[in-house]
Amino acid sequence: MKNTVKKTALLGLFAALAIVFAYIEVLLPPIFTAVPGIKLGLPNIVIVFVLYRAGLGEAAAVSLVRILAVSLLFGNFASFAYSVAGAVLSLGAMALLKRLNFLSTVGVSVAGGVLHNVGQILVAMLLLGTAELGYYLIVLAMTGTLSGILVGICGGIAVLRVPAKYI
Amino acid sequence: MNESKNNVPAANIGGHKLKNDLVFIAVLLLAVVLVGLGIYFLRGEGDSVTVTVDGRLYGVYSLSEDLTLDIRTGDDGEERNLLIIKDGKAYVQSATCPDGICASHKPISREGESIVCLPNRVVITVTTEQKDDAPDVVV
Repeated sequence: MKNTVKKTALLGLFAALAIVFAYIEVLLPPIFTAVPGIKLGLPNIVIVFVLYRAGLGEAAAVSLVRILAVSLLFGNFASFAYSVAGAVLSLGAMALLKRLNFLSTVGVSVAGGVLHNVGQILVAMLLLGTAELGYYLIVLAMTGTLSGILVGICGGIAVLRVPAKYI
Repeated sequence: MNESKNNVPAANIGGHKLKNDLVFIAVLLLAVVLVGLGIYFLRGEGDSVTVTVDGRLYGVYSLSEDLTLDIRTGDDGEERNLLIIKDGKAYVQSATCPDGICASHKPISREGESIVCLPNRVVITVTTEQKDDAPDVVV
Protein backbone atom coordinates (compact mmCIF):
# COMPACT_ATOMS: atom_id res chain seq x y z
CA MET A 1 0.00 0.00 0.00
CA LYS A 2 2.30 2.75 -1.25
CA ASN A 3 -0.08 5.09 -2.93
CA THR A 4 -2.59 6.95 -0.76
CA VAL A 5 -5.32 7.12 -3.38
CA LYS A 6 -5.08 3.41 -4.12
CA LYS A 7 -5.03 2.66 -0.42
CA THR A 8 -8.12 4.78 0.29
CA ALA A 9 -9.99 3.16 -2.58
CA LEU A 10 -9.03 -0.34 -1.46
CA LEU A 11 -10.00 0.33 2.16
CA GLY A 12 -13.36 1.68 0.93
CA LEU A 13 -13.78 -1.55 -1.00
CA PHE A 14 -13.01 -3.60 2.12
CA ALA A 15 -15.47 -1.52 4.17
CA ALA A 16 -18.13 -2.20 1.53
CA LEU A 17 -17.33 -5.92 1.65
CA ALA A 18 -17.62 -5.90 5.45
CA ILE A 19 -21.01 -4.14 5.20
CA VAL A 20 -22.22 -6.75 2.70
CA PHE A 21 -21.11 -9.54 5.07
CA ALA A 22 -23.00 -7.82 7.90
CA TYR A 23 -26.07 -7.63 5.65
CA ILE A 24 -25.83 -11.35 4.82
CA GLU A 25 -25.76 -11.99 8.58
CA VAL A 26 -28.92 -9.93 9.08
CA LEU A 27 -30.64 -12.11 6.46
CA LEU A 28 -29.70 -15.37 8.18
CA PRO A 29 -32.24 -16.68 10.70
CA PRO A 30 -31.20 -16.30 14.35
CA ILE A 31 -29.32 -19.40 15.51
CA PHE A 32 -30.46 -19.41 19.12
CA THR A 33 -32.99 -16.71 20.02
CA ALA A 34 -32.76 -17.20 23.81
CA VAL A 35 -29.39 -15.45 23.91
CA PRO A 36 -29.14 -12.26 21.83
CA GLY A 37 -25.75 -11.36 20.42
CA ILE A 38 -24.82 -14.68 18.82
CA LYS A 39 -23.49 -13.97 15.37
CA LEU A 40 -21.20 -15.61 12.86
CA GLY A 41 -19.05 -12.48 12.72
CA LEU A 42 -18.53 -12.71 8.95
CA PRO A 43 -17.40 -9.03 8.69
CA ASN A 44 -14.51 -9.97 10.94
CA ILE A 45 -13.03 -11.99 8.04
CA VAL A 46 -12.46 -8.65 6.30
CA ILE A 47 -11.10 -7.05 9.47
CA VAL A 48 -8.64 -9.94 10.04
CA PHE A 49 -7.51 -9.72 6.42
CA VAL A 50 -6.96 -5.93 6.57
CA LEU A 51 -5.21 -6.22 9.95
CA TYR A 52 -2.70 -8.73 8.54
CA ARG A 53 -2.26 -7.15 5.13
CA ALA A 54 -2.35 -3.45 6.00
CA GLY A 55 -2.23 -2.80 9.75
CA LEU A 56 -4.09 -1.79 12.86
CA GLY A 57 -4.95 1.77 11.75
CA GLU A 58 -6.41 0.56 8.46
CA ALA A 59 -8.36 -2.24 10.16
CA ALA A 60 -9.74 0.23 12.73
CA ALA A 61 -10.84 2.61 9.94
CA VAL A 62 -12.60 -0.15 8.01
CA SER A 63 -14.22 -1.40 11.22
CA LEU A 64 -15.50 2.07 12.18
CA VAL A 65 -16.99 2.73 8.73
CA ARG A 66 -18.58 -0.73 8.82
CA ILE A 67 -20.15 -0.19 12.26
CA LEU A 68 -21.43 3.31 11.40
CA ALA A 69 -23.03 2.12 8.16
CA VAL A 70 -24.51 -1.07 9.62
CA SER A 71 -25.89 0.75 12.69
CA LEU A 72 -27.51 3.39 10.48
CA LEU A 73 -28.96 0.78 8.12
CA PHE A 74 -30.11 -1.99 10.48
CA GLY A 75 -29.51 -0.91 14.06
CA ASN A 76 -30.10 1.73 16.69
CA PHE A 77 -28.01 3.52 19.30
CA ALA A 78 -27.80 0.46 21.53
CA SER A 79 -26.48 -1.75 18.74
CA PHE A 80 -23.96 0.99 17.86
CA ALA A 81 -22.71 1.12 21.46
CA TYR A 82 -22.48 -2.68 21.63
CA SER A 83 -20.60 -2.86 18.33
CA VAL A 84 -18.10 -0.11 19.15
CA ALA A 85 -17.26 -1.59 22.56
CA GLY A 86 -16.90 -5.03 20.99
CA ALA A 87 -14.80 -3.78 18.09
CA VAL A 88 -12.38 -1.76 20.27
CA LEU A 89 -11.65 -4.70 22.57
CA SER A 90 -11.60 -7.19 19.71
CA LEU A 91 -9.23 -5.18 17.50
CA GLY A 92 -6.98 -4.31 20.41
CA ALA A 93 -6.62 -7.96 21.38
CA MET A 94 -6.07 -9.11 17.78
CA ALA A 95 -3.43 -6.44 17.10
CA LEU A 96 -1.56 -7.31 20.30
CA LEU A 97 -1.64 -11.07 19.62
CA LYS A 98 -0.61 -10.57 16.01
CA ARG A 99 2.38 -8.54 17.16
CA LEU A 100 3.38 -11.21 19.73
CA ASN A 101 3.33 -13.62 16.77
CA PHE A 102 2.82 -16.93 18.54
CA LEU A 103 -0.66 -17.67 17.14
CA SER A 104 -2.04 -18.20 13.64
CA THR A 105 -4.99 -16.20 12.36
CA VAL A 106 -7.25 -18.81 13.99
CA GLY A 107 -6.05 -18.09 17.53
CA VAL A 108 -5.99 -14.35 16.84
CA SER A 109 -9.53 -14.26 15.51
CA VAL A 110 -10.86 -16.48 18.33
CA ALA A 111 -9.47 -13.88 20.76
CA GLY A 112 -11.14 -11.21 18.62
CA GLY A 113 -14.48 -13.03 18.63
CA VAL A 114 -14.51 -13.72 22.38
CA LEU A 115 -13.31 -10.19 23.27
CA HIS A 116 -16.00 -8.77 20.99
CA ASN A 117 -18.58 -10.54 23.15
CA VAL A 118 -16.86 -9.44 26.37
CA GLY A 119 -17.17 -5.83 25.15
CA GLN A 120 -20.87 -6.36 24.48
CA ILE A 121 -21.39 -7.78 27.97
CA LEU A 122 -19.60 -4.80 29.52
CA VAL A 123 -21.93 -2.40 27.67
CA ALA A 124 -24.92 -4.51 28.70
CA MET A 125 -23.79 -4.22 32.32
CA LEU A 126 -23.74 -0.42 31.93
CA LEU A 127 -27.06 -0.17 30.06
CA LEU A 128 -29.11 -2.83 31.84
CA GLY A 129 -27.51 -3.31 35.25
CA THR A 130 -27.90 -6.83 36.53
CA ALA A 131 -29.21 -9.51 34.23
CA GLU A 132 -28.11 -13.09 33.62
CA LEU A 133 -24.78 -11.66 32.53
CA GLY A 134 -22.49 -14.37 33.85
CA TYR A 135 -24.49 -17.02 32.03
CA TYR A 136 -24.55 -14.85 28.88
CA LEU A 137 -20.81 -14.43 29.01
CA ILE A 138 -20.24 -18.19 29.10
CA VAL A 139 -22.64 -18.90 26.21
CA LEU A 140 -21.27 -16.02 24.12
CA ALA A 141 -17.68 -17.11 24.79
CA MET A 142 -18.47 -20.60 23.45
CA THR A 143 -20.19 -19.30 20.31
CA GLY A 144 -17.55 -16.58 19.91
CA THR A 145 -14.88 -19.28 19.91
CA LEU A 146 -16.67 -21.32 17.24
CA SER A 147 -17.24 -18.33 14.98
CA GLY A 148 -13.69 -17.13 15.69
CA ILE A 149 -12.28 -20.44 14.42
CA LEU A 150 -14.38 -20.15 11.24
CA VAL A 151 -13.39 -16.52 10.69
CA GLY A 152 -9.74 -17.29 11.43
CA ILE A 153 -9.63 -20.08 8.84
CA CYS A 154 -11.36 -17.94 6.19
CA GLY A 155 -9.23 -14.88 6.99
CA GLY A 156 -6.04 -16.94 7.06
CA ILE A 157 -6.81 -18.51 3.68
CA ALA A 158 -7.53 -15.07 2.24
CA VAL A 159 -4.24 -13.68 3.60
CA LEU A 160 -2.30 -16.60 2.09
CA ARG A 161 -4.11 -16.67 -1.26
CA VAL A 162 -4.26 -12.98 -2.11
CA PRO A 163 -0.71 -12.06 -3.14
CA ALA A 164 0.79 -8.97 -1.50
CA LYS A 165 1.36 -7.30 -4.88
CA TYR A 166 -2.37 -6.70 -5.28
CA ILE A 167 -2.59 -4.66 -2.10
CA MET B 1 3.40 -17.27 -2.99
CA ASN B 2 6.60 -17.52 -0.97
CA GLU B 3 6.78 -13.77 -0.92
CA SER B 4 3.29 -13.44 0.52
CA LYS B 5 4.00 -16.10 3.14
CA ASN B 6 7.15 -14.31 4.18
CA ASN B 7 5.28 -11.07 4.53
CA VAL B 8 2.71 -12.60 6.86
CA PRO B 9 4.45 -15.34 8.81
CA ALA B 10 1.74 -15.31 11.48
CA ALA B 11 -1.00 -16.41 9.09
CA ASN B 12 0.03 -20.04 8.69
CA ILE B 13 -3.13 -21.69 9.93
CA GLY B 14 -2.82 -25.35 10.80
CA GLY B 15 0.97 -25.11 10.70
CA HIS B 16 3.39 -25.22 13.62
CA LYS B 17 1.23 -22.69 15.48
CA LEU B 18 -1.72 -25.07 15.66
CA LYS B 19 -0.71 -26.27 19.12
CA ASN B 20 -0.30 -22.68 20.33
CA ASP B 21 -3.75 -21.91 18.95
CA LEU B 22 -5.35 -24.83 20.76
CA VAL B 23 -3.66 -24.07 24.08
CA PHE B 24 -4.55 -20.39 23.77
CA ILE B 25 -8.21 -21.13 22.96
CA ALA B 26 -8.47 -23.54 25.91
CA VAL B 27 -6.93 -21.03 28.34
CA LEU B 28 -9.11 -18.19 27.02
CA LEU B 29 -12.29 -20.26 27.34
CA LEU B 30 -11.38 -21.39 30.83
CA ALA B 31 -10.71 -17.79 31.91
CA VAL B 32 -14.01 -16.54 30.49
CA VAL B 33 -15.99 -19.39 32.05
CA LEU B 34 -14.39 -18.68 35.45
CA VAL B 35 -15.21 -14.97 35.16
CA GLY B 36 -18.76 -15.83 34.09
CA LEU B 37 -19.24 -18.18 37.03
CA GLY B 38 -17.74 -15.50 39.28
CA ILE B 39 -20.26 -12.91 38.07
CA TYR B 40 -23.04 -15.44 38.54
CA PHE B 41 -22.13 -16.47 42.09
CA LEU B 42 -20.99 -13.07 43.34
CA ARG B 43 -24.31 -11.56 42.33
CA GLY B 44 -26.37 -10.79 45.39
CA GLU B 45 -29.57 -12.48 46.42
CA GLY B 46 -32.66 -10.49 45.47
CA ASP B 47 -35.46 -9.77 47.91
CA SER B 48 -38.52 -9.96 45.61
CA VAL B 49 -39.88 -11.55 42.48
CA THR B 50 -41.56 -9.46 39.78
CA VAL B 51 -44.16 -11.27 37.70
CA THR B 52 -45.11 -9.91 34.28
CA VAL B 53 -47.68 -11.34 31.89
CA ASP B 54 -47.47 -10.36 28.23
CA GLY B 55 -44.98 -7.65 29.24
CA ARG B 56 -47.43 -6.06 31.71
CA LEU B 57 -46.77 -6.02 35.44
CA TYR B 58 -48.79 -8.71 37.24
CA GLY B 59 -47.36 -8.22 40.72
CA VAL B 60 -44.29 -7.94 42.96
CA TYR B 61 -43.93 -10.46 45.79
CA SER B 62 -41.42 -10.54 48.63
CA LEU B 63 -39.12 -13.55 48.82
CA SER B 64 -39.00 -13.33 52.62
CA GLU B 65 -42.56 -14.58 53.08
CA ASP B 66 -43.76 -17.97 51.90
CA LEU B 67 -46.45 -17.67 49.26
CA THR B 68 -48.50 -19.80 46.90
CA LEU B 69 -49.74 -17.82 43.92
CA ASP B 70 -51.99 -19.00 41.11
CA ILE B 71 -51.02 -16.87 38.10
CA ARG B 72 -54.03 -16.94 35.78
CA THR B 73 -53.55 -15.84 32.20
CA GLY B 74 -55.20 -16.29 28.84
CA ASP B 75 -58.52 -14.82 27.69
CA ASP B 76 -60.63 -16.14 30.57
CA GLY B 77 -57.92 -17.15 33.02
CA GLU B 78 -57.77 -20.77 31.84
CA GLU B 79 -53.96 -20.77 31.61
CA ARG B 80 -52.32 -21.18 34.99
CA ASN B 81 -48.85 -21.21 36.53
CA LEU B 82 -48.55 -22.09 40.21
CA LEU B 83 -45.77 -19.93 41.71
CA ILE B 84 -44.39 -21.04 45.08
CA ILE B 85 -42.17 -18.90 47.30
CA LYS B 86 -40.55 -20.96 50.02
CA ASP B 87 -37.39 -20.43 52.11
CA GLY B 88 -36.42 -17.32 50.13
CA LYS B 89 -36.57 -19.09 46.75
CA ALA B 90 -39.21 -18.96 44.04
CA TYR B 91 -40.21 -21.75 41.68
CA VAL B 92 -43.11 -22.84 39.51
CA GLN B 93 -44.68 -26.01 40.89
CA SER B 94 -47.08 -26.76 38.07
CA ALA B 95 -48.37 -25.15 34.92
CA THR B 96 -50.93 -25.74 32.19
CA CYS B 97 -48.45 -24.96 29.42
CA PRO B 98 -47.65 -27.90 27.10
CA ASP B 99 -43.86 -27.97 27.50
CA GLY B 100 -43.63 -27.52 31.29
CA ILE B 101 -40.18 -25.94 30.99
CA CYS B 102 -41.06 -23.37 33.67
CA ALA B 103 -42.06 -26.10 36.12
CA SER B 104 -38.76 -27.95 35.67
CA HIS B 105 -36.66 -24.77 36.18
CA LYS B 106 -34.61 -24.78 39.37
CA PRO B 107 -35.69 -22.42 42.21
CA ILE B 108 -34.43 -18.85 41.70
CA SER B 109 -33.20 -16.34 44.28
CA ARG B 110 -30.27 -14.43 42.79
CA GLU B 111 -30.88 -10.97 41.39
CA GLY B 112 -31.65 -11.07 37.68
CA GLU B 113 -32.47 -14.79 37.54
CA SER B 114 -35.75 -15.54 35.83
CA ILE B 115 -38.21 -18.27 34.99
CA VAL B 116 -39.96 -17.81 31.68
CA CYS B 117 -43.13 -19.58 30.54
CA LEU B 118 -43.28 -18.77 26.84
CA PRO B 119 -46.66 -20.42 26.07
CA ASN B 120 -48.41 -18.44 28.83
CA ARG B 121 -46.16 -15.38 28.30
CA VAL B 122 -45.34 -15.30 32.01
CA VAL B 123 -41.94 -13.97 33.15
CA ILE B 124 -40.87 -14.27 36.79
CA THR B 125 -37.69 -12.30 37.61
CA VAL B 126 -35.83 -11.87 40.90
CA THR B 127 -35.45 -8.18 41.72
CA THR B 128 -34.25 -6.05 44.60
CA GLU B 129 -36.91 -3.63 45.81
CA GLN B 130 -35.32 -2.63 49.12
CA LYS B 131 -31.92 -1.13 48.36
CA ASP B 132 -29.37 -1.97 51.01
CA ASP B 133 -27.16 0.59 52.75
CA ALA B 134 -24.33 0.36 50.23
CA PRO B 135 -23.95 3.60 48.24
CA ASP B 136 -24.74 3.50 44.51
CA VAL B 137 -21.68 5.59 43.66
CA VAL B 138 -18.49 6.06 45.61
CA VAL B 139 -17.11 9.52 44.87
